[in-house]
Amino acid sequence: MTITLDNLHLRVGDFELTADFEIAEGHKIALIGPSGGGKSTLLSALAGFTAPVGGRILFGGVDITKLPPAKRPVTLLFQDHNLFPHLSAEQNIGLGLKPNLKLDVAQKQVVQDALARVGLTGHGTKRPAQLSGGQQQRVAIARALLRDKPVLLLDEPFAALGPALKHEMLDLVAEIVEASNTTLLMVTHQPEDAHYLADQTVLIAGGIANAPTSTTALFADPPVALRRYLGE
Amino acid sequence: MAHNAQPLSLTRVLAGGGALALLLALTLGTVLAVWSKASFQQRLGPADWAAIRFTVSQALVSATISVLLAIPTARALARRRFRGRQLMVSLLGAPFILPGIVAVLGIVAVWGRTGYVSTLIGTPLNIYGFTGVVLAHVFFNLPLATRFILQGWLSIPTEHFRLSAQLGMTTRDVNRQLERPMLRAVVPGAFLLIFLLCITSFAVALALGGGPRATTVELAIYQALRFDFDLSKAALLAMIQFALCTLTAAATLWIAAPQSFSVGMDRPPRRWDGKERGQIWTDRILLVAVGLFLFVPLVSIAVKGAPNLGALPPQVWPALRNSVAIAITSALLAIVLSLALSALIVSLSTRWKRASQLLEVIGFLSLAASPFVIGTGLFIMLNPYIDPFKAALPITIAVNAVMSLPFALRVILPAMSRAEHFYGRLGNSLGMTGWHRFRLAIWPLLKRPVGFAAGLSAALSMGDLGVIALFAPPDMATLPLTMYRLMSAYQTAAASGVALLLIATSLALFWAFDKGGRLDHHTG
Repeated sequence: MTITLDNLHLRVGDFELTADFEIAEGHKIALIGPSGGGKSTLLSALAGFTAPVGGRILFGGVDITKLPPAKRPVTLLFQDHNLFPHLSAEQNIGLGLKPNLKLDVAQKQVVQDALARVGLTGHGTKRPAQLSGGQQQRVAIARALLRDKPVLLLDEPFAALGPALKHEMLDLVAEIVEASNTTLLMVTHQPEDAHYLADQTVLIAGGIANAPTSTTALFADPPVALRRYLGE
Repeated sequence: MAHNAQPLSLTRVLAGGGALALLLALTLGTVLAVWSKASFQQRLGPADWAAIRFTVSQALVSATISVLLAIPTARALARRRFRGRQLMVSLLGAPFILPGIVAVLGIVAVWGRTGYVSTLIGTPLNIYGFTGVVLAHVFFNLPLATRFILQGWLSIPTEHFRLSAQLGMTTRDVNRQLERPMLRAVVPGAFLLIFLLCITSFAVALALGGGPRATTVELAIYQALRFDFDLSKAALLAMIQFALCTLTAAATLWIAAPQSFSVGMDRPPRRWDGKERGQIWTDRILLVAVGLFLFVPLVSIAVKGAPNLGALPPQVWPALRNSVAIAITSALLAIVLSLALSALIVSLSTRWKRASQLLEVIGFLSLAASPFVIGTGLFIMLNPYIDPFKAALPITIAVNAVMSLPFALRVILPAMSRAEHFYGRLGNSLGMTGWHRFRLAIWPLLKRPVGFAAGLSAALSMGDLGVIALFAPPDMATLPLTMYRLMSAYQTAAASGVALLLIATSLALFWAFDKGGRLDHHTG
């Protein structure tokens, strides 16, 4: 699904961000830039949590600027609090099918399949507190998987994980989005994450989200703002 | 980590131990004194049983109504953004430091025989007895419960509301998945705390209760001592009151230790549920109704009091002097006790966790101490040596300090523990010790909470009508007592003037202490 940011203008308090570009379907895109630069705000606007002060957002040519979060073809994973602490892993996943958790036999099987797909077979009845940080984010990925939305947004859900575990997660995400031709946007602070997963990178700095460019090309000849961020 | 903690200095142990000893002497020591006088051969009469039944039933009903109304009110405040929301949340804190007797005057002005409501419906209402006591207790505790539960709502992570919006949860789903689990955790603690406050409240029962059908145990102790001079009867009732309070406090601790009485309330997160027309109107109507219920009595006090401020009866001025002296002294005493106890609790926490937790529980338990049990105990202990009625002022100061200790401790202890945790170790590593370490590393971070706690204690003490009613000779009074005497003599006009003076002084004291804590505050 093509995402079009048409003269998008965001404002949160004193902070402002503009974006005017298009993202073609099926790409894996890293959003990189300094802290407080607006990476999360942009995702939040795409998911419908922050209303823009100007411009439009189009998904597949359809204007979704005014749509409520649930009506958007998007799943957003937060840095934390992706799971409800009082619900089991299965229930947390099941919410992706039915928000009131009244699941029939077939739907319960779908939940089990999703658990298996993220490597958590047998952990379904555990509560988030009984799972490790990595396992918790796997549960959130399983829910995203079964919501099966054409756009997946990651707001640094793996930031707290060690390098090996993070790569495992990124591999899992890559496998899922490639299989379903999902468009992926992920916030990151680490150039190596961008290299690892993203074919394109959006640089967000100085109140502007720049159009996506090839990750390899961008880092081979970084513009001034990126060089300043990287400390070169 | 233990080697990083500050040394358990002799000063700390002595100061903390002294505070603890004084606290225990006043709470448990007085109970022992009462115990020694209580005659357990004496059977409980029908009047005593009636008092017990009334105490428990009014507290149950008051706590239930307060909490049941507080849940939708807190929800409305948590999910609506409107102008004046911040003001309403701040004003919800007001009844907590509002003198009980003043609130009674405001409630009578609205709900009484000649009040606004009676005039409006054309029939005089009678609120003396059960109804009045419950009404006043709901007036006091609905705001407390609302703030308590609102904190629970605001503790739900923003991500969870976003997540439920993304998943397309309806208002009902959000209620089931997010709000009910939070309420299950928060409501029992709020209910028990209010139940406890309703059992020990005295001014309300004194002014609106009374008689064989509406006497609380607390009121019965007062009557036994003040009018019947029946010490063993008073002692027996005091033991009953002690048992009631201890059971409730133990249940409260077991279910949920109350959280701190935090000052600020953040903006609520944006919500996507509750957009249905019915929900919006329910919230609006509820907020307006609760607003009227709480603020009309407050406004009526100002309106009725202002014209009478110019012609206050002469006995007001010595009473004002007494009250201010009591308030300032007992606030300082409460702060010294809290600081000493907090310092001991914090230094024990790294090496002897159990002891530190036990001390914290003891500090909290004085919330369950009944001022009249303490008063009766002090009466028994002092009686052989001096005339207790001559010691009315010091006794009131001591009791008020103990009664506001749990609140002061709730504010000071977390601040001290944070300061020690973050900067105490830095101080140690720089070789700072003793007084200079406290003055430079810890105190700057404590000033603000200490000022707030002192203001709170002073206001609570200023408005208290408790033991002073028991001990005060006829020619001596505090401001709340003067007000009560005027009300009993049906001098309502003069009483409303005194009420306004009392509120103004309480607020001035609170403001002065709180402001004092903010002076030269550079740490943000």
